[in-house]
Order: sequence, then C-alpha cells, then structure tokens
Amino acid sequence: MPLDRKDLLDLDDFSSDEIMLLLETTSAMAEILSRPIRRVPTLRGKTIVNMFYEASTRTRSSFELAAKNLSADLVNVSASQSSVEKGESLVDTMRTLLALGADMIVMRHWEAGAPYLAATQVQASVINAGDGWHAHPSQALLDLYTVQKRIGRIEGIKLAIVGDILHSRVARSNIWGFGKLGAHVTLCGPPTLLPPAVLDAYETLPNLTLSYDLDEALQDADAVMMLRLQRERMAGGLLPSLREYSARFGLNRERMGRAKANALIMHPGPMNQGVEITPELAYSVQSVIEEQVAHGVAVRMAIFYLLAGTAERLA
Amino acid sequence: MAVSGKVLLQAEEIRRALLRIAHEIVEHNRGAADIVLVGIQARGAPLARRLAASIEALEGVAVPVGRLDITLYRDDLDREHFRPNVRETQIPVDLARKHVVLVDDVLYTGRTIRAAMDAVMDYGRPRTIQLAVLIDRGHRELPIRADYVGKNVPTARREVIELHVSEIDGADEVFLLPASQEQA
Repeated sequence: MPLDRKDLLDLDDFSSDEIMLLLETTSAMAEILSRPIRRVPTLRGKTIVNMFYEASTRTRSSFELAAKNLSADLVNVSASQSSVEKGESLVDTMRTLLALGADMIVMRHWEAGAPYLAATQVQASVINAGDGWHAHPSQALLDLYTVQKRIGRIEGIKLAIVGDILHSRVARSNIWGFGKLGAHVTLCGPPTLLPPAVLDAYETLPNLTLSYDLDEALQDADAVMMLRLQRERMAGGLLPSLREYSARFGLNRERMGRAKANALIMHPGPMNQGVEITPELAYSVQSVIEEQVAHGVAVRMAIFYLLAGTAERLA
Repeated sequence: MAVSGKVLLQAEEIRRALLRIAHEIVEHNRGAADIVLVGIQARGAPLARRLAASIEALEGVAVPVGRLDITLYRDDLDREHFRPNVRETQIPVDLARKHVVLVDDVLYTGRTIRAAMDAVMDYGRPRTIQLAVLIDRGHRELPIRADYVGKNVPTARREVIELHVSEIDGADEVFLLPASQEQA
C-alpha cells in the first residue's frame, strides 16, 4: 500500500496503517545511516526547498540531512533573508518556489494553517515542519519511532505528555500519532496551560485522559514526554513563577520513581534544564532525547521517499 | 496462493539447479574463500541462503550471506512501479576485496541488477561482482548477463514468471503465467 497523498500536514487524518508504513520505512532508512556511505540515489534530480518562517536548528538541519542522504538538491530559504521581508505574500512565495522547480516544500510557519494554504496553491508536496501551536507531524513520527524501537510497540503503552500543552504543536501531533496507534495518553500540566477544552478536538481517540497532578500522570507510565516551557508564558500571566511551575510540574529523580522501572524520558528540545527537567534526568540512561534527534533524520528520509513516490501519480 | 499457470520448474529441479550453481561458483572462484553471497530481496534472499548451505557442504567453508533491498536504487520512482515497502538490507561483512555473488530469482530487463550493483558499491569496492539467477527469461534492456543460470526460459514480454519458495510461499515452484497478473 503506497501513501496516497501529496502532502504531510498533520497526522490527524492518517490511518494507523499509513503511520505504520512511515515507521517501517523509517527503519529501512535508519539502516542507510549505519552504512559507511550514508547516501542513496533515490531522489536524484528532485529539488527540495526548506522554507522556514521561524527559527529552528534541529528540525531544519534534520530535513536538510535527510534530503542530502537521498541525493536530492536542497535549497534553504529563511523568511528573514528573503522577499518575505519585502512584503511578498505566502502564496506568491510558494508560486515562486514552484517556478524555480521545487518538487517538495518543507515549511515552518508561526501561523497555524499556513502549510495548508500553501498545499492548495502548489503542485509540489508540502511538508509541515511546524505551524503555530497546531501541528508538527515529523516530530510526532520520530517520537513514535523512538518508542517503537525501544519498547517494541505503541499499542497499549502508557504515555504522559507533561507541560504547556495549550501552546504545543508537538503535543498535538503526538496525541494523534500515539492515540491512533492505541497508546494510553495522559496530558498533564497546570490548568492555565491545559484547559479541558483541549480535549474537544480528540473525541475520536478513546484512551486520552487529563491530569493536573504530575505524580498521578506518571504512575506506571512507560514513557514520559516533557515539553519545553516557554518563558514568555510568564509575561502572559499564565504562570505565577518558574519556581512554582518547576516544583509542581518539573521532572526529577524522585517523581520518576512512580513510572515503570525503565520508562523512557523524552523531550523535543530545546530543553530548559532545571525548569521542566533536571539535568540529572536529561542525561540519565532512561533518557532517549539524543536518540530522538538521531531518528529525526531517518524519519524525514521516509517522509520524502513516500511522498516522492506518490506526488506525480496524483498530479 | 492459487496460481493457474504452467509449471516451469518443480521443487526437485530447483534443488538440482541450485546445487549445480553452487558447484559452478566454487569452480569459477577456485574455492569458497572471499566469496560473499548477497540475495536480492525478496526471493533472492532465501536462494542465497540455500546456495551458502550447499557451498558449505561441498567445501566445508561457511560463506557469509547478506540480503539487499534495491528499492532505493531503482530508476523508476515516479512510475507505476513505485514500491512503498522498503525491505531490510543486511550486509554482514565488509565487501572490499571480496567476490560478491548477487543472487536473484528471475533475470529480466537487468534494471534490478544495475541497481543492485550500485548498492553493493556503496558498501565497499569488491574485487568482482558476479550474478547467479534461477531463471533467465531474456528481454534485457541493459548490457548485463548472468554468470550462473539455473534455466533459460524464452518468454514473451506479456508473460509473467513467478517463483515460489518454501521460506515465503510454502512450496518450491516456478510458474509461467500467460498474461500480466503482476508487475515486473
């Protein structure tokens, strides 16, 4: 079964079979990364554009390495150094990239939904590399792959996602990904950053729960995903202080004791060490934070490969 | 799987053909030293393991066996042949200075073998690359030939040859199917 879609915008409309195909393909791509020559000719002659309207280190370089490992040509465009500064509209920028011969556009944008608009305007495949608070599907896929590889399955595991759920595109895509594959997901954070209405979008997912108590959320967890606390939330009056947040929702050795013995510790980065997670845990044997980054390249190779195979057939 | 077609080779004939190929590989390379058998996924992989077992029985040398998926090296990504399922590649030894014998079920256009040679080169620089196939059905589109052939079968392009192996399909048999039931 191929992936019959032009774009990767979020996992919300993916079937579990499609997600599994992406994870299996990721595994094949990971083998390439272990070779002496980490390059295959698969996407020779294809042009991929990294169009980033927002700063990024790991996601952007991860997509770049993935494209190069598949022998595609890659062009990096950052909004701050492009015609966007001169007031060019999103649609015009997309058309320009298409006219230059882009086969795929990787897009990060501060505005939720921007990649969806782009996808309707161009024949090229559009890959959402993060849009506003909305979605970050490639991050969710690499998180799924990391858990699948370490634990051996997704179905039936207990995952706690902890922190600023309200503003987190990573959390949103992960809720879809883990939920669709049958994991029990518990969301945990302070009420200001986790209003109950967050759940409204996920009525189709049966095993999603909400908790305002970290100890409760961690109980018997197989994996814990800590989210980055953005300091600007304090200015918005959503949190009284970093210290209070850290005391109630920061992950430390003692609290981690409630989770299963070898439970995985995950973080999408960049970390605020000493706020949402202690350095001791971030670098512990249970931490898979660096594996997440390493798997990101293989996941993005799988995305490029599967979309490239379908784009022209759908055109 | 129910297949209605002419049986080209039965289990016993497949066994004999592989045994002869094992002899030829050893004869051609003057022994089994430095030989690595690499089966092309999916049905070349079990054939490579069987050849290795035969060579070990003949020479008392355990020959390394790898398996190779060439999907990412194909030249028809955009066409209808696109295969989403990339299977496992596993090359157990450094291929530099080795005699690599590629093993596949059916040799047809030669495009798979071209891709396989590119893939093998990425693992090192072998001293030689040789090719063993169970069936050669003709219709080459590239200047490629096999060093070891189980059986030459003249075919029409519309016909399909299907190998079944017990490891995957439950029984050993080669069929010739009249019309295109599966893509080449």
